[in-house]
Amino acid sequence: MSYARALRCRKCGQEYPLQPLNLCDFCLSPLEVSYDYKSMAKAVSREKLSGGTLSMWRYRDMLPVEGKEVDIGTGFTPLVKADNLGHELGLNRLYIKNDCLNPTYSFKDRVVSVAVTKAREFGFDTIACASTGNLAASVAAHAAKANMKAYVFVPSEVEPGKLVGAAIYNPVLVTVKGSYDDVNRLCARLVERYNWGFININLRPYYAEGSKTLGYEVAEQLGWRAPDCVVAPAASGLLFTRIWKGLDELAMLGLIEAVNTHMYLAQATGCSPIVNAFQAGSLHVHPVEPDTIAKSIAIGNPADGYYALRVARQSGGGACAVTDEEAIAGMKLLAQTEGIFAEAAGGVVIAGLKRLATSGVIKRNELTVAFITGAGPKTQEIVSGIVQPFAVQPNLESFEEVLGARA
Amino acid sequence: MFTFPQELIKEPIIYTLSHQFKVVTNIRRADISEDKGWVVLELEGDEKEIEQGIAWVTAKGVRVDPVIGDIVEG
Repeated sequence: MSYARALRCRKCGQEYPLQPLNLCDFCLSPLEVSYDYKSMAKAVSREKLSGGTLSMWRYRDMLPVEGKEVDIGTGFTPLVKADNLGHELGLNRLYIKNDCLNPTYSFKDRVVSVAVTKAREFGFDTIACASTGNLAASVAAHAAKANMKAYVFVPSEVEPGKLVGAAIYNPVLVTVKGSYDDVNRLCARLVERYNWGFININLRPYYAEGSKTLGYEVAEQLGWRAPDCVVAPAASGLLFTRIWKGLDELAMLGLIEAVNTHMYLAQATGCSPIVNAFQAGSLHVHPVEPDTIAKSIAIGNPADGYYALRVARQSGGGACAVTDEEAIAGMKLLAQTEGIFAEAAGGVVIAGLKRLATSGVIKRNELTVAFITGAGPKTQEIVSGIVQPFAVQPNLESFEEVLGARA
Repeated sequence: MFTFPQELIKEPIIYTLSHQFKVVTNIRRADISEDKGWVVLELEGDEKEIEQGIAWVTAKGVRVDPVIGDIVEG
């Protein structure tokens, strides 16, 4: 059973019953699920959680769902001690939270699992989203598992190759003539016309909660404590705020000590509206035109930008933007030290972590967790230049001539 | 959401939009200073009028973003 009691506007405090609703009627700010933490605290304990299923759903008492979950095997991904990378960066207690290892290879499985579960509870038979990448794949996969129809909307000029990861699950794939802006505007109209669960429109407050499980898992895997520092990517800012919320909730429920984690967000310089606002000391996040290879975090107008900004500031953390070149170098560094092939957003995180460590912002002995939210093979074309084989003839002489000195 | 560059701060864009295009505008949140500003507003009216109105506002140099959802590139 869920301890969710209402939807609440973070800006003005207005409350609404639990329903498929995204924005406050009054001030058009995003709504958030509000819980009865007092009752929740009686239901959860370290022992009970530790004995739970080996997936994100071990935390179901802290998620806004009532019935059976739609789960394709998501979560409880490895938290790896990154000794090699740590040595390179001068950090003694560095961990990587490897969310590449979810069923559709990104952290989106967490948020979509909650959203689709909720969609089914609300009686939707169709779910939908606008995305080419991680979200599309996860939505299509979960729809298949839940026996629901899925519509995936993409701009028409996207290369077909990018859509295989979603198309394999047999959603209804719709190409829209225009930009992403146009696709989103169409979806905003469709949600009014059709009784569909749009994953990041009318289901957004529930979708958002799935990311808290990243915070829960990391704390549990560290032996029931929060890290000293977190480095995570920011697109809409939702993931970043929910990692913090997850840690904060565990403290509120008495499961860990009070949280003193410094939260650092990383973006690409080609799309860094939140970092810009942080560095300008501004309260408002001004939209930008995205221009980066890190497509999965290329949101020019982040809906949760203000809240992510607030978390970075209030936690005594920060925000940094790295170039595409640094991101690619970050992808290579992570792969070549820890054997983890992350997508570009992961490269952004590692490059940001490197900057923060080198400048002494993150200290050598601070327990630091870097969040890798999606796997590299999906966008491997951005590092295709890495393939530089040595060519030999099929004989020993040739090998020794070409590689003898190395072997 | 409309985001205004400095050179348009003094122009009555929203007023002109509602008069020229038969669109009812209702401001929900805003922050305007001397050098930049943003306004979150509701637009009501005939679909075609709203589309044309948004096209006009965009052509003037105002950035227009829907408030619903996140526009993801990937």
